[in-house]
Amino acid sequence: MWSIINVELYKIFRRPRTYIAFGAIAALIIVIQLGLKIDGNTYAAFLMKDINDTLTVDGKVLNGYLICYILLQLLLVHVPLLVALIAADMISGEANLGTLRLLFTTPFSRTHWVLAKFIAASVYTILLLIWLAFLALFVSMWVFGTDDLFLMKSNYVVLIQQNDVLWRYVGAFVFASFSLLTVTSLGFLMSSLSNNSIGPIVGTMSAIVFFTILSTLNIPLFNLVKPYLFTTHMNNWKEFFDIQVNANNEAIHGSILNIPKIKNSLWVLTFHIILFVSASIIIIKKKDILS
Amino acid sequence: MKKNTILFFASSLFSLCLLISVTALAQTDPLIEKVAQKLALVNDYVAEGTMKTDVSFIKASLGKVKVYFKKPNLLKVKKEGGISLLPRGGVSLTINSLLNTKQYTTIPVGTQLLNGKNVSVIKLIPTDDNLDWVISTLWIDPLEALVYKTATTTKENGSYEINMQYGEYAKQGLASKIIFSFNTKDYKLPNGITLEFGDEDPTAKQKALKNKKGTIEITYSKYTINKGIPNNIF
Repeated sequence: MWSIINVELYKIFRRPRTYIAFGAIAALIIVIQLGLKIDGNTYAAFLMKDINDTLTVDGKVLNGYLICYILLQLLLVHVPLLVALIAADMISGEANLGTLRLLFTTPFSRTHWVLAKFIAASVYTILLLIWLAFLALFVSMWVFGTDDLFLMKSNYVVLIQQNDVLWRYVGAFVFASFSLLTVTSLGFLMSSLSNNSIGPIVGTMSAIVFFTILSTLNIPLFNLVKPYLFTTHMNNWKEFFDIQVNANNEAIHGSILNIPKIKNSLWVLTFHIILFVSASIIIIKKKDILS
Repeated sequence: MKKNTILFFASSLFSLCLLISVTALAQTDPLIEKVAQKLALVNDYVAEGTMKTDVSFIKASLGKVKVYFKKPNLLKVKKEGGISLLPRGGVSLTINSLLNTKQYTTIPVGTQLLNGKNVSVIKLIPTDDNLDWVISTLWIDPLEALVYKTATTTKENGSYEINMQYGEYAKQGLASKIIFSFNTKDYKLPNGITLEFGDEDPTAKQKALKNKKGTIEITYSKYTINKGIPNNIF
């Protein structure tokens, strides 16, 4: 099994297309960091307009932790599209080239090959996330320094002490890995249904866009299906950055406001991953390879 | 004509005398003088303590702070290694900064019962138009010459109420606990900016709208008095 995972990893990292996502993420993050470094105070002043009417905020608000949060908010919506570029090509690409039939004549079963391909695609996804974490968090910390995380949400502000922030990012990135692996498995499922690469890639991207729109609209009819959509749960990494308060309205150090929400989202995402990968295995096992 | 002129001069003289006597009476309020004398013992101080921010739309934990004061009215609150939130313009309006300017007129308005203490209520009106505050009311214990409460209205930053408790530094007129109360405005950022689509939290919204009063509470653990503070701190 390990040998065929290596083969699949070799195939992924030999293709120039693989590095498009790494390049795109680096370019986006560097541009945003540069913009915030040059004119970040104007952006922060705009965000804090309402607060500044009442309070004076003293300290380094625009620090590496806040920059990372801003970057994740922007990028974790779009990174799934980059993941789809590779994941949705894993099986259909081989079918298109005519090498899928060759693979399935080896002593390894179809299930082994599908799992090996999924594991390889998952490694790519995790590496992409690590790259994102490195640039968004550690480079931002280096460029902007660190301080408390002053998080401005729609209806309230959360001030998290700097020694209470880093573990939340670890949690958020682990959570994000589940989100992106769900996208990987969806792309994988699409890939098992087709004999060319374009269809599954566009299909996966369209599904993500479609379900994301359904998840974000506050229409009562859509609210019924929202809890079952993986896109509703993908953004719940933000829950790591909401904090509990006691009866005196003092924030509780090291707490998370809604742990059950995170757990529920992780279960839903895991269910989707298992469902999509299992469906891919069943489809491939029954598939008549004609190309 | 002559009669009118005499009447005009007589009334003007009477008004002038009345104004001078009222001003003299107001400016020499003995209780305020007693408080000012007590505060005059302190040229500067560095106070260590913990700060609690209680604003309905802010979730913040307790933080360690250092408060620097230097005569006549320099004051700085610094949180140790972190972001601090302070009422806009209000934190500098402590009793020291109000009385040390000496640019005010006092009007005694009687006595009141405050937290079981019989206190004198005195209003301060600034005589300098350039000062930030418009009027301030002081609740003073006449026996200890300690100010237990102030309510100040400012020109641009609204009204503030400061409640004080005293401990081992009461001799110097320095509080062991200060509670700033101030009015807060609405806080709302569009979802398009925060990217929080579809996850509106109605309870937080309701809470934010209900409570429009904020407090900053500083509990002092230690004062270092009259050791000198460089001006660059402020």
